[in-house]
Amino acid sequence: MSTEPFSLAKPLARLIEELHRLPGVGPKTAQRLTYYIVRMPSEDARALAEAIIAVKEKTTTCSACFNVTDGDPCAICVDSRREGSQICVVEDPLDVLALERSGAYKGLYHVLHGAISPVNGIGPDRLKIKELVRRLEGASVEEVVLATNPTLEGEATAMYIYRLLQPLRVKVTRLARGLPVGSDLEYTDEITLTRALEGRQEFHG
Amino acid sequence: MARPRTYKTEALVLKGSPFGEADRLLTLYTLDRGKLRAVAKGVRRATSKLAGHLEPLTCSLLLLAEGRNLDVVAQAETKESFKALRDSLEALARAMYMAELVDAFAPEEVPNPGLYRLLLANLRWLSARAIALDESLEAALLRRFELRLLDLLGYRPELHRCVECSGPVTSAASFFNPRAGGVICVACRSRWSAGLLTVSPNALRLLRSLQSAEPRASPLITSASLREEVEGLLRHYIRYLLERDVHSIDFMDLLKREASPVEA
Ligand SMILES: [Zn+2]
Ligand SMILES: [Zn+2]
Repeated sequence: MSTEPFSLAKPLARLIEELHRLPGVGPKTAQRLTYYIVRMPSEDARALAEAIIAVKEKTTTCSACFNVTDGDPCAICVDSRREGSQICVVEDPLDVLALERSGAYKGLYHVLHGAISPVNGIGPDRLKIKELVRRLEGASVEEVVLATNPTLEGEATAMYIYRLLQPLRVKVTRLARGLPVGSDLEYTDEITLTRALEGRQEFHG
Repeated sequence: MARPRTYKTEALVLKGSPFGEADRLLTLYTLDRGKLRAVAKGVRRATSKLAGHLEPLTCSLLLLAEGRNLDVVAQAETKESFKALRDSLEALARAMYMAELVDAFAPEEVPNPGLYRLLLANLRWLSARAIALDESLEAALLRRFELRLLDLLGYRPELHRCVECSGPVTSAASFFNPRAGGVICVACRSRWSAGLLTVSPNALRLLRSLQSAEPRASPLITSASLREEVEGLLRHYIRYLLERDVHSIDFMDLLKREASPVEA
């Protein structure tokens, strides 16, 4: 095509472009959302815009655990009922949310903000790993739970951190990697099966 | 609506990145179609039956459905998982480097079964020796991989004849010209003012023998200075060809730096 038959109004084009930059939003979705917002009542649109601004302006990262929070230190770090001798290392703030929902963990967290991904140029220096080591040096922590994802990047990150923590002589554990609930042995890959066998426990029927 | 066409292929997963809500966008190197990108749906959910078969550095048999933009993985079954790579950070870093090189060099959808087999053989080799890999063996493995890869993609460096005058290059003194993809004799050297790398006699001999060596007969590179020279030269040439850095080099080098004082 040599000439552009139709050009989008600038404000529309701009919002489409901004939305398109969000993870998981393709060009079609960005267009749909934009036209949805155009049809929204003004006050709803304003509330959305204000929420976006507030999330940037009124949140910060906790200087101890690097979770995203509205106060520093965060509510978990200052909670005296939590087990201060346990630190659970996760890739992402969303992982904290998931673990908190389970209610099964009572210790503190450390958020790395990613996983080592050499192919994508993400080395250990881009994550909060040095900060973890420094934090452990200055506190009486008995156990570090490595809860990075069971992906190749997550495994590499766990191996790397484990290596760095060796001189500190702190107990390091890794989340058990077993069969997901609702899965079928027949379809399970061999690495998951191997790990599930390694982590088997005595059965109390 | 017509049913999507499907096809089977054997593939090495080069990398994956989050895509949409719970999907992953995979870069695959397939035996019969070369490099492809495909979507694996729902693999970031714990209940996914596909996820474990589609992790990077896995060799899997795939059934793919042709999509409008991207093909979609319909079924996957691990053929080889190179499990031992997950027990050694060093071996893993090297395997990632190899996968990145294949990804960076290979054009999409151009079959190159030789390249597929090269990566597969090297992943097997690394996985089998994941724990016990010394530096001289590692260097030989990586340099041979690089040279074979360049060969298979049409960038084989000329190491015997001068790329300017076609005269023989003796190993006494020579220079490598990344732009011309080969060595330059002393006489022709003056015509190139910049961008030449000097190649020591030992390095040239080593490069030649690595280039011609049978897979199982790679020479070991026991001298540390020679290892560095040959590594530097090939890295330079590769960076010149790709016009960008190879990211996973940083991680390999970091591991080496951090390991050297402790594990010596
Ligand atoms: Zn905190
Ligand atoms: Zn010449």
